[in-house]
Amino acid sequence: MSAVIARGVGRSFDGREIFSDIDLDIDRNEFVALLGRSGTGKSTLLRALGGLDSEYDGSVLVPDARSVVFQEPRLLPWRRVRANVQLGLPRNARTQQRADEALAEVGLSGHADAWPVTLSGGEAQRVALARALVREPELLLLDEPFGALDALTRLKMHGLLRQLCRRHQPAVLLVTHDVDEAIVLADRVLVLDGGRFRCDRRIELDHPRDRTDPAFAALRGDLLEALGVDAVAI
Amino acid sequence: MSTVTPNLLTPNVVPNDLVAAPAPRAAATGEPLAPQAADHADLHEAWPAARRARGHRVPRWLRRLTGPVLLLVGWQLLSSTGVVNERTLAAPSQVLQAGWELAQTGELQTHLAASLQRAFLGLAIGVTVGVVLAVIAGLFRWGEDIVDSSVQVLRSVPVLGLLPLVIIWFGIGEQPKVALVAIGTMFPIYINTYAGIRGVDAKLIETAKTFGVGRWRLVRDVVVPGAVPQFLVGLRFAMTAAWLIMIVAEQINAKSGLGFLMNEARTWFRTDIIVLALVIYGILGLATDSFVRLLERRLLSWRRVFEGT
Repeated sequence: MSAVIARGVGRSFDGREIFSDIDLDIDRNEFVALLGRSGTGKSTLLRALGGLDSEYDGSVLVPDARSVVFQEPRLLPWRRVRANVQLGLPRNARTQQRADEALAEVGLSGHADAWPVTLSGGEAQRVALARALVREPELLLLDEPFGALDALTRLKMHGLLRQLCRRHQPAVLLVTHDVDEAIVLADRVLVLDGGRFRCDRRIELDHPRDRTDPAFAALRGDLLEALGVDAVAI
Repeated sequence: MSTVTPNLLTPNVVPNDLVAAPAPRAAATGEPLAPQAADHADLHEAWPAARRARGHRVPRWLRRLTGPVLLLVGWQLLSSTGVVNERTLAAPSQVLQAGWELAQTGELQTHLAASLQRAFLGLAIGVTVGVVLAVIAGLFRWGEDIVDSSVQVLRSVPVLGLLPLVIIWFGIGEQPKVALVAIGTMFPIYINTYAGIRGVDAKLIETAKTFGVGRWRLVRDVVVPGAVPQFLVGLRFAMTAAWLIMIVAEQINAKSGLGFLMNEARTWFRTDIIVLALVIYGILGLATDSFVRLLERRLLSWRRVFEGT
């Protein structure tokens, strides 16, 4: 059962081709990480899947219930945290309760009535995660969601995201440039480079994944090579 | 913002707390620090105690009142000692007395009511038209093409220059004054509200659309709240403009109003009444400005703003 079926997808900006003729399938409950250097079109592909961009070629089949978490939290500053989680849902007692549950899941029960401006970067991003999950998406699109967070917060967010995905079981596409993040979280890692997938690797390591595991290190080396980075040089 | 209101800010962002924070820590670690203190004679307290406590014993509003009161006392002294002739400028005491006398006869109330009515009617029309035009130009590209260019052209015409034309159109009754105020206040409202709408973060709009927010709710929940801060800036400009236009319009062809009162007083060299009217204009300006501040505090409580130190 697939959550995403994309065939022959291409995108160019003003005649400059970013990628073309890409096929991508994501199974239900599958966590796919999309790696690539900046400018390779990772986010462009995610935007096509998220319905944020209509100018692509080819065909993209995605479920109706999908959510996006962006690199910035993108909360409405003039609405309290709970109302931000309820964004786009009818405002009634039932959705309010669901919003409160989602906030509890990301550990922010006490912040439901806070203004977004009072939150730290990590907290704001957790609200964005709660906002994405409250509508029980079948497809969760994450566009470098932890890129702007500090290293410690990022580690905590990885744990939280794993836990949430286990519970809600959406199909996930995580766009990132962090190789370790991809290996820690994903069932499958894709490397986009030069307008095509240079690598499609299934990751069989058990969770929680240990970064010091030799198998982890071997994978890291392979992926870095696919990214065109000499592993020894780092 | 004149006062620090607790509901505006979470406690940890009140500048007061930032300033006070080092104190308990220094006290708690006072003992282990003490023996080392001699070794570090070249080090200084980050926030000296004297500066930490600074300025919080006298209430803010009292401190703000000091300047104007000193100014008044100085003025009264200059008049009482005869340095300033009362024909040039009446003393504050004389101004107060003129105000009392005019209030007794009911003249002051009549003229004040006439001015207030014109100003608020004109302002109400100006704000309504300005907002409607700004929404049309802000939300729709065809609206921008049709409305914005026209408004930008009309804006460059000085409002008071329209006075002769407005008198020909509306005669010398109430309408020309109201019309002038309406025209004069419409532009700042339009320009600021339009800029506010166009200044709403495109990323927020994209996000809201992603989460299935429909067109109407997008306007209500994202565009309008995003434009409010800039609208309030426009409202402040508009209110200043309203009083400015009133004072000029009422001195020409008026039978009532503060401007009329001033013009009459000029004929009789009554500087006390002229100053009285000016003071009332000042108070009205201050009052309307406080009103907008109040609105800002209520509508923009989500913002964390720099409040000065």
